[in-house]
Amino acid sequence: MTDVLLRSGARPVPPPVAALPVTVSSARLTYGGTVLFSDLTLTLEAGRTTCLLGPSGVGKTTLLRVLAGLADPEPPTRVEAGDGRPLGGRIAYMAQQDLLLPWLSVLDNALLGDRLRRRKPDADRVERAIALLARVGLAGRERDRPASLSGGQRQRVALARTLMEDKPLVLMDEPFSALDALTRLRLQETAAETLAGRTVLMVTHDPLEALRIGDRLHVMTGRPAAIGPALEPPGTAPRRVDDPALLALQAELLRRLAA
Amino acid sequence: MRGLARGAVTLAVLLGAWQGLVWLTGLPRYLLPGPLAVAEAMQRQAPLLLQHGLTTLTEILLGLVGGVVLGSLSALTLARFRAAQRWLMPLLVVSQAIPVFALAPLLVLWLGYGMASKIAMAVLIIYFPVTTALFDGLRRTDPGWLDLARTMGATPAATLWAIRLPAALPAFWSGVRVAAAVAPIGAVIGEWVGSSSGLGYLMLHANARMQIDLLFAAVLVLGLFAVALYAAVNALARRALPWQSDTQPAGGLNG
Repeated sequence: MTDVLLRSGARPVPPPVAALPVTVSSARLTYGGTVLFSDLTLTLEAGRTTCLLGPSGVGKTTLLRVLAGLADPEPPTRVEAGDGRPLGGRIAYMAQQDLLLPWLSVLDNALLGDRLRRRKPDADRVERAIALLARVGLAGRERDRPASLSGGQRQRVALARTLMEDKPLVLMDEPFSALDALTRLRLQETAAETLAGRTVLMVTHDPLEALRIGDRLHVMTGRPAAIGPALEPPGTAPRRVDDPALLALQAELLRRLAA
Repeated sequence: MRGLARGAVTLAVLLGAWQGLVWLTGLPRYLLPGPLAVAEAMQRQAPLLLQHGLTTLTEILLGLVGGVVLGSLSALTLARFRAAQRWLMPLLVVSQAIPVFALAPLLVLWLGYGMASKIAMAVLIIYFPVTTALFDGLRRTDPGWLDLARTMGATPAATLWAIRLPAALPAFWSGVRVAAAVAPIGAVIGEWVGSSSGLGYLMLHANARMQIDLLFAAVLVLGLFAVALYAAVNALARRALPWQSDTQPAGGLNG
């Protein structure tokens, strides 16, 4: 077993398109008569991982769903991609649950996007899926069914499926929160390494996770919610858990969360 | 195998009690024949039972296929088109308040004394459990899967085909299990109302002539059909759903 504090050395998966900056501005959403947020602005810098932290129920997931096109925001909300084109169809989404289809093999799950778009994956796509599965540590498991995998392995398949989508913006909603501590640390490493160079928004409630793999950390608090200034931890992700600078920043993050 | 052995023991005890009752009470054969008399009738009347059994079996199987196909198409339509759901669902539910058996004479009048009216009867009985089971399954898709499909740019039809339908198959197969259990009832009711062949016809005929041993033999053959059908559907469901965790359904038919 490799030391989780060491880099596992997985190379990043180069994004197929130039990294895209995305801004959501003047966002407003009410739910059941309560204003979740109003006049909220968040900028996702191109090619960097932005982490959104905050207490449960503050609206982090809702904001992510607005970006994913899964929630309908109210005017005057604006979601803008850096190239001026609409964001629809250009995102990859990863949730807290692995959302693997139990009747498909690991390989077919990684290729789910092709199946849903009614496109038969050609040899190139299949080869790429196999390579990605190997990159996330699942070489030789392509034909297995999800039921035979552990929780961590299943979330690795979900990561491979997300990478297979080749989209300029990756949205992750607490992707590792259902895993045990050690598995979570390992998966954070794989994710940080494979996602490097892409524009990523990750919602999390774990300050240490945000500090390990985020480039820019925002804390979202209050009702209606406000988003604080970005905190940028030094060094490149994935950062070591025992990095003293990280521990100092963790105290700062917890202070902001409690505010 | 152990479940099968236990079932055989239970059956033997019941048959023994039955035979004992006949011996003790001395009931005449035309009121209550013992199991031995039934077995003897079964052997003696084997060609007759086979001939009428084949008719009934054909009706059951055709009714099952027709009902499952119609029910599945209805459920898919209801799940795919919201308008169909709004306009047809209430009608479908209310239609179940009509006792299908009351329609049997009408079906015979319309479709004749032959197999068609019995098959229609079986289809009517099977249709509803299959439709509701599959429709419920299609409605209960994990919302997370639907979110994922939306972000992947899937059309509603592609989502239905690639995610909702496979996810609904376990529910569909429980519907087919129920259908397999009620299909023989539909066929036999149809035969009672008017027919010239089939186990239901044979039962009425034997009853009228006080051939109660033959009546029991016909019931036994029908029971064997039902058990075989249930086991066959179970085996099919198992083959169709290898990804489902293999929990044994209640009952020892596969034990």
